[in-house]
Amino acid sequence: MSNFFSQLINGLQLGSIYALVALGYSMVYGIILLLNFAHGDIIMIGAYTSWIVMAKMGLPPVAAIFATVIVCTLLGVFIEKVAYTPLRSAPRISLLITAIGISYFLEYGAQLIWGASAQVIPSYYNVAPISIGGVKISFTAILTIAVSVVSMIALALLVQKTKVGKAMRAVSEDTGAAQLMGINVNATISFTFAIGSALAGIGSVLYCCQYAQATPTMGSMLGLKAFVAAVLGGIGSIPGAMVGGFAIGIAECFVSAIGLSVWKDAVVFAILIVVLLVKPAGLLGRQLQEKV
Amino acid sequence: MSFQDKLYPAPTNSFLKQEDLDKRPILDVRNLGIDFGGLTAVDSLDLMVGRTEITGLIGPNGAGKTTVFNMLTNVYTPTRGSILVDGVSTAGKKTYQVNKMGIARTFQNIRLFKDLTVLDNVLIGMHNDMSYHLVNSVLRLPGYWKQEREARQKALELLGIFHMQDMAQLQAGSLPYGAQRRLEIVRALASKPKLLLLDEPAAGMNPSETAELMDTIAYIRDTFHIAILLIEHDMNLVMGVCEGIAVLSFGRIIAKGTPDEIRSNPQVIEAYLGKQEG
Repeated sequence: MSNFFSQLINGLQLGSIYALVALGYSMVYGIILLLNFAHGDIIMIGAYTSWIVMAKMGLPPVAAIFATVIVCTLLGVFIEKVAYTPLRSAPRISLLITAIGISYFLEYGAQLIWGASAQVIPSYYNVAPISIGGVKISFTAILTIAVSVVSMIALALLVQKTKVGKAMRAVSEDTGAAQLMGINVNATISFTFAIGSALAGIGSVLYCCQYAQATPTMGSMLGLKAFVAAVLGGIGSIPGAMVGGFAIGIAECFVSAIGLSVWKDAVVFAILIVVLLVKPAGLLGRQLQEKV
Repeated sequence: MSFQDKLYPAPTNSFLKQEDLDKRPILDVRNLGIDFGGLTAVDSLDLMVGRTEITGLIGPNGAGKTTVFNMLTNVYTPTRGSILVDGVSTAGKKTYQVNKMGIARTFQNIRLFKDLTVLDNVLIGMHNDMSYHLVNSVLRLPGYWKQEREARQKALELLGIFHMQDMAQLQAGSLPYGAQRRLEIVRALASKPKLLLLDEPAAGMNPSETAELMDTIAYIRDTFHIAILLIEHDMNLVMGVCEGIAVLSFGRIIAKGTPDEIRSNPQVIEAYLGKQEG
């Protein structure tokens, strides 16, 4: 029982990170129908930012956290402006290929600058594990789950209750009608990228709390699994990304717990295949025809 | 003096308010034209709309009416000519900026934000009217709450005028057809336009709904003191509610005038029914 409980906590911890990253995928897809495959690599740049600020510059962890979130946010908006905005009226496949190109550019750019080997990120804090009912829970797990939940609540409020959130929903439903209602579509899209990338930045810090190293390709698998989470929840749906993230994280941890850890990646992608076969719109996605 | 050779300012109808007569028109379009590749869709279009005037733009299918609307809102960039909204040129403006200048529109095929509530649809219409800063909204400072509350209040009032306050929390896509049409008009009005463009507002309506719509259109003009330019195929509506009518055929205006003048204009009859033999 205590093993079950600790695996559940592990799953929730991993799932929180997937959910934060999946939100970025889902929001961007919701607004411009782009699968932004460069999204995972933003996390990698975030990890290197933490490493540079703490290990190279010797600044305190607080500075690293702020720098990571800010760099990720700006990078997301920068990629959108430079790579995606000029293709706004291009076919969707061009956008998708560009996103894959940007992903490779970031991965191999990082490898060129910082080398292929892993860089160790100093720990952000040192807190002993907490024991609840005989189960030891790491502080990182509690922090990760708490920060993710708070971020998601903040996001939900932003999207549901504010003017800019309404603008985002309006653009995602009908871009043409939204601009005729006086909504600045370009600014709204940039804002969506900023929010998605800021969440990836937060995810990056939380991920590095657990796995304290930066490698050029670390964002690739993380990004893919978050993508699966977004599809499982229903891509374009914000609550779906949250549910999908937690589900994938928990599934992965339980597969490892029963001794099949070699199979954990395969299980995640098997879930993707099953979702695409059985319920392509995802758990909470809208069952609707292709937008044309 | 007929509408056709009207030079602003000039009275066009007895129920235009005296104070409007000396003001510049809300819409002043000169020599407007657009080419798509080699095809000239609209050409040499001159059109003026007075500040509280209801004007109809009619014409056979494919005449270019919706293209004119798309140029007025800068969805299409005109190839030639000028558009002045309340004396200011729309050239080089983005679509969302044209909305800020005072033009709002509805669509031939309803384009509500169907998954959002009725209230949210109206609040999106008010987008430009709400000026609080993002920081305010993220930190939920008092300024945010105040504006948000006021906006909701205004949106509900506006819905109330059109007897829709009870539907505020319903999903827009779940409303009956007539109510969706009305909601589109309310959403457009929420942006406080000076000129409201209605693209076939009576499409798909039965005669009693159309009659109600005519009252609504006149009511909007009288209540909000704005100008309305409408595209419509329903001649009862056009003849009943418009003070001035412009007829478009093959991208050109072939006639302008009062409903009576248009009704008896041989060119108009020809455009709609074809040339009479003999």
